[in-house]
Amino acid sequence: MTGADRDRTPSERADVCVVGAGPAGALAAHRLAKQGHDVVILEAGKRFDFEDRKRRMERAIRPGHDPLSVWEMGGPRDRFTSDGEWFYPLNRARVKGVGGTSLHWQGMVMRLHESDFEEWPVEYRELRPYYAEAEEALGVAGAADNPYAPPREKPYPMSAFPPSHSDSIFAEACERVGVTMHSVPNARNSESYDGRSSCVGYGTCKPVCPSGAKYSADHHVEKAEQEGARVVDRAPVQRLEHDGSGERVTAAVYATPDGETHRQEAREFVLAAGGVGIPRLLLLSESRQYPDGLANSSGAVGRYFMDHLFAGVGGTIDRETRQNHVGFITSECHQFYDDPTRGTEGTAGGIPEWSSEEGEPVPDSIKLEFLNYAGPSPVEMALSGEEFGDDLLETLREGYGNSIAMGGLVGQRPRKENRITLDHSTTDDHGNPVPEIHWRVDARTKAGLRRANEIQRAICSELGVDVSWTVGPENTGPAFHHMGTTRMGTDPDESVVNPRLRTHDLGNLSVASSSVFVTGGALNPTLTIAALALKAADHVDERL
Amino acid sequence: MELTRRDALAALAASGVAVGTGAVLNGDLFADDPEPEDRMDSLLAVAEVVYPSEVSGVEEFVRTYALGRVEDRPDYRDGMVGALSTLDEYARTWHDADFRRLDDETRESVLDQMGVDTASPDPEGSDPARVRYYLVNELLYALYTSPTGGELVGIENPQGHPGGTGSYRRGPRG
Repeated sequence: MTGADRDRTPSERADVCVVGAGPAGALAAHRLAKQGHDVVILEAGKRFDFEDRKRRMERAIRPGHDPLSVWEMGGPRDRFTSDGEWFYPLNRARVKGVGGTSLHWQGMVMRLHESDFEEWPVEYRELRPYYAEAEEALGVAGAADNPYAPPREKPYPMSAFPPSHSDSIFAEACERVGVTMHSVPNARNSESYDGRSSCVGYGTCKPVCPSGAKYSADHHVEKAEQEGARVVDRAPVQRLEHDGSGERVTAAVYATPDGETHRQEAREFVLAAGGVGIPRLLLLSESRQYPDGLANSSGAVGRYFMDHLFAGVGGTIDRETRQNHVGFITSECHQFYDDPTRGTEGTAGGIPEWSSEEGEPVPDSIKLEFLNYAGPSPVEMALSGEEFGDDLLETLREGYGNSIAMGGLVGQRPRKENRITLDHSTTDDHGNPVPEIHWRVDARTKAGLRRANEIQRAICSELGVDVSWTVGPENTGPAFHHMGTTRMGTDPDESVVNPRLRTHDLGNLSVASSSVFVTGGALNPTLTIAALALKAADHVDERL
Repeated sequence: MELTRRDALAALAASGVAVGTGAVLNGDLFADDPEPEDRMDSLLAVAEVVYPSEVSGVEEFVRTYALGRVEDRPDYRDGMVGALSTLDEYARTWHDADFRRLDDETRESVLDQMGVDTASPDPEGSDPARVRYYLVNELLYALYTSPTGGELVGIENPQGHPGGTGSYRRGPRG
């Protein structure tokens, strides 16, 4: 059956309806199906053919294609408005389809630090077993060499990817300035794992891994189907309906490509449509009882939107750095995570302590990265060059080989005014108001970016890098981690979901997403999303 | 440095073509064209301009790669044929001869005069944009994602090639 004529009518009897087929939805659906429940997944996007991945990779490498076309994002379905002080490129930040945004993610999977949970209603130790299960599920290659990471109970499922040649160059300078490098946990196979091959080094992880060695959630969607779950693709949910008492969701109303609208009823509903899609759906589901949006008695739905911001410094150095062989990183640094103001002492100097400029806030957590893909790759240079033949080859030889760079993430604190609302003046392909993003980068975040650059420049300077670019407070961009828009809490007046990930307002509506994050830290969120999704699934199971 | 059939097959595999299919082994890229061999000669003529002089084995590499690329993609084949026709039209207008019949220097000047060197590649764009996309960048993509093309620049595992996870760890050769 082709995608167009697949049966997209509702399942007659469903225990659980999961909205969204990214990592959170896939893991929750798989767990619940395995526990014997009838599960239906409704996914707005399509099911991509794995065999097409190499052609998608080519689209990503070769100029002449809109980057959004790699995973077929954009168009009327995906309209949005960015109305904040800073533009937010939403469609570059997500993928709709079976596998969701993990189809184009980078695949870095750290546990949040214990300090990150200070304002959360759950502690690290409560999530710790779920983190371990999430690492097993995604297949994480890592090593226990990070002295700043929270405690763990057993080794990673796979050994870490060894450091790169480029890392070894950084290591010399880091030792001299007292900066600790350690491995990166990657959701990427360093050996065959769970039916997927080991990494073969295409070097295009983000946005496409043609080998499937990088984890993507289509893997768990298939596993869920093997346990009996049903997936309805190209079925964007339009709104949720509730019963007369307003205490339970009764149906998810979804559209199908044939122009029909259907109602999927279920005993439990799990929202897993991302940090923008989830608040939008709740706001679209307003009713007489919930005039400000479903599950929004607190008024917090859509508010406290957070992302991580990128900071980086790069340039060239007088030696070969061997970049762009792989598309992932192998070393990072959490030394400035719990205390970004700290100074360091190395064998020949150190990083000075933070010193605030007048009126400048103290920075929050910083994660530093040592890149393995600094500078352009030869093929990218060739395809956009203005020479041919021997001249082109000479330019490629000059341009490739000596680039080096550091990256990093800086977090934002939750701010009520950073939020997702509905733009009633613009509609999508089904006539629904589109999400409107109100977002800005505040002074504390800028201080964090300045501090990250300061550390990065100190390391690069020690190495003798001729710095040619800096991404910092004035030209930073988001890391595409959507957090905070249905925050977790114990007080129904201040939060949307409780510590069991169920909405305060409706007894059978759960949220599995970074949208429940209370704070965002400065680490890539997907492992925490996965852990929370497994936790949410367990609580749903308890109620069924 | 010699381009081999293995390079072409590796480049094809990386572009999603099932290596060993009929066209690669026996078929002809432009079989239903009135002058199939002329078309292939034109594509090879472009390769002679855009590939560096220190690579050899270009003809077999290009034949193998191009055949595999278009075998199950008639639209893509049409795009390539259209771009080759366009290139010949310009060559005939300026030099009274098809592109393949021009000497190397004149071929390069045709591409430059058309603005192919500075054109943004676009499969549905202007004449230079299509020539850049279907011919020049097609050939450059094949070369510089192949192991031999990577080695020319100093990278054994170029982006787009599944060359494993060993080379990123190694330092430069002595």
